[in-house]
Amino acid sequence: MKNKKDSFFLGGHEFHSRFILGSGKFSLALIKAAIENADAEIVTLALRRATTESTENILDYIPKNITLLPNTSGARTAEEAVRIAKLSRELGCGSFIKIEVIPDSKYLLPDNYETVKATEILAKDGFTVLPYMFPDLNAARALCNAGAAAVMPLAAPIGSNRGLLTRDFIQILVDEIDLPVIVDAGIGRPSEACEAMEMGVAAIMANTAVATASDIPLMAQAFKAAIEAGRAAYLAGLGRVLTKKGEASSPLTGFLEK
Amino acid sequence: MTITKTDPMEYLPDMETTASDIMNNVLELRTNYEPAKYTTQDVVSALNKNTRSLSDFAALLSPAALPFLEEMAACAQRETQKHFGNSVSLFTPLYISNYCENYCSYCGFNCHNQIKRAKLTLAEIEDELKTIAASGLEDILLLTGESRSRSGLEYIGEAVRLASSYFKLVGIEIYPLNTDEYAYLQDCGADYVCVYQETYDPERYEQVHLSGHKRVYPYRFNAQERALRGGMRSVAFGALLGLADFRKDAFATGAHAFLLQKKYPKAEISFSPPRLRPFINNAEENPNDVHEPQLLQVMLAYRLLLPFAGITISTRERAGFRDNVVGMCATKISAGVKVSVGGHEEEAKGDEQFLIADPRSVQEIHNMLLANGLQPVYTDYIRV
Repeated sequence: MKNKKDSFFLGGHEFHSRFILGSGKFSLALIKAAIENADAEIVTLALRRATTESTENILDYIPKNITLLPNTSGARTAEEAVRIAKLSRELGCGSFIKIEVIPDSKYLLPDNYETVKATEILAKDGFTVLPYMFPDLNAARALCNAGAAAVMPLAAPIGSNRGLLTRDFIQILVDEIDLPVIVDAGIGRPSEACEAMEMGVAAIMANTAVATASDIPLMAQAFKAAIEAGRAAYLAGLGRVLTKKGEASSPLTGFLEK
Repeated sequence: MTITKTDPMEYLPDMETTASDIMNNVLELRTNYEPAKYTTQDVVSALNKNTRSLSDFAALLSPAALPFLEEMAACAQRETQKHFGNSVSLFTPLYISNYCENYCSYCGFNCHNQIKRAKLTLAEIEDELKTIAASGLEDILLLTGESRSRSGLEYIGEAVRLASSYFKLVGIEIYPLNTDEYAYLQDCGADYVCVYQETYDPERYEQVHLSGHKRVYPYRFNAQERALRGGMRSVAFGALLGLADFRKDAFATGAHAFLLQKKYPKAEISFSPPRLRPFINNAEENPNDVHEPQLLQVMLAYRLLLPFAGITISTRERAGFRDNVVGMCATKISAGVKVSVGGHEEEAKGDEQFLIADPRSVQEIHNMLLANGLQPVYTDYIRV
């Protein structure tokens, strides 16, 4: 069950669910069930799929109360990402945009430099920009300065389901960046989503792990539960010796008489 | 019959030469590839990896891998799902001209084959495009034979312009061009280019390409690279399986794509695995030792080498084969196919390139995909 007090903000909008669902690899008929079982409030979609004039338009399958987060997949440069974002707004998909600038067709790794450029242009143009990025602290800072509403570092390459390969670098972002850190790409299991939430990330985005499950609605439920559990564990305070910046939260030598 | 004894490795005067080492690398790799040397252990090792090298690919194409077809299929299906989900794209080819000045012994369009030759006018092209677009398709592939005098660049450019007003994605499968010519067609609205080397075996290539521009091996080989330099987004690779040693040809195809993607990381790559088919006046033409298990082996190996690459299955193959490979490894399927010149709006104006084995309509293919738990995708592209 969501804790309505534990919300987070993106672009001035309040969200209670910390599970952002991708829609690209599903059968359209299953999208609604996945969204309901995930209890997701935000759904990403590739704009390049939403321009179809066929009866199989993904936009018709996403419930109207969901916040759309169109992505600029297909963009290889900042310029292409900006064009796709503007097209998204013209199509009535709202002002949220997830920037994906991917010049590499093999690993689908994002280009941080082009992503910063696109973020700056689109943020100035009134978009709520959520940039997909490789977890580099310097790039994250640049994205903050460029006007991003969050940062979305990858856990592992898109579609790989390899889990939190970049966990240490994501932790650095959580510790240093004041924006919501939303882990995106590569999460393969609910337990990995739980672990990321325990680290203090704001939300998880998952697509392949749900879409390739044998029972999609059940897997969506599992991710939901895992994300909530991880968030609760983070809020409860895990039994760590060290907190931010390496300072002990509970000194072991506090009993000493001076 | 005219047979030209020109050196197939020498460019003709109007052909752009490409300073690239990829061709020599692929030729060397192909020459050194000995399929019979690979063992069960090599195959198992390749299957167990997350990312595969050309050496792993070689093992997966070898005879030693054939007993592992089921395991390869399971691996390939997982990779396809991870990268493509259950999406399968639909498209159709439109032949706008079958005039050809090449003498290629295996092809129905070869200049010495007595067929009904035709070229669609721009008005006829538009009628065809309208009819095809009405079926719901949003991705079209325009094809011609090789004849600059009959189906020249400007004619093709105008056809591309027309097509881009009806379709979201326009591809071309025409004769190889120079870089600036690809740039021109890209500007007209084309975004992907299909060029099949037919065979990567230079000796066999020379034997089957008896005259015409297509006889020049390196010009054809470097077409994808020129297309990418000309701004095309996506390039397709393939060998005509059954023309020569299919394992070595498939290996060379994969190596070609692998090396080109490494050099041009932005490029979108896809494979097509056409097998030899009977054609008019050559009913006996067949894919020799490439039976369905071998064809599947090639497709699965492509998938496992480059999990992110598209794989297209054409109507050269029967419905039952196509139905089972989509989702397992193939990510794009043709539908409502005519391989004659025209034939969608009215009776075909010119004869077909080969005999097709699956005449199902777009709606029938759509329904088949849904019935198989797959998602038909009509467009997955924004031209920016």
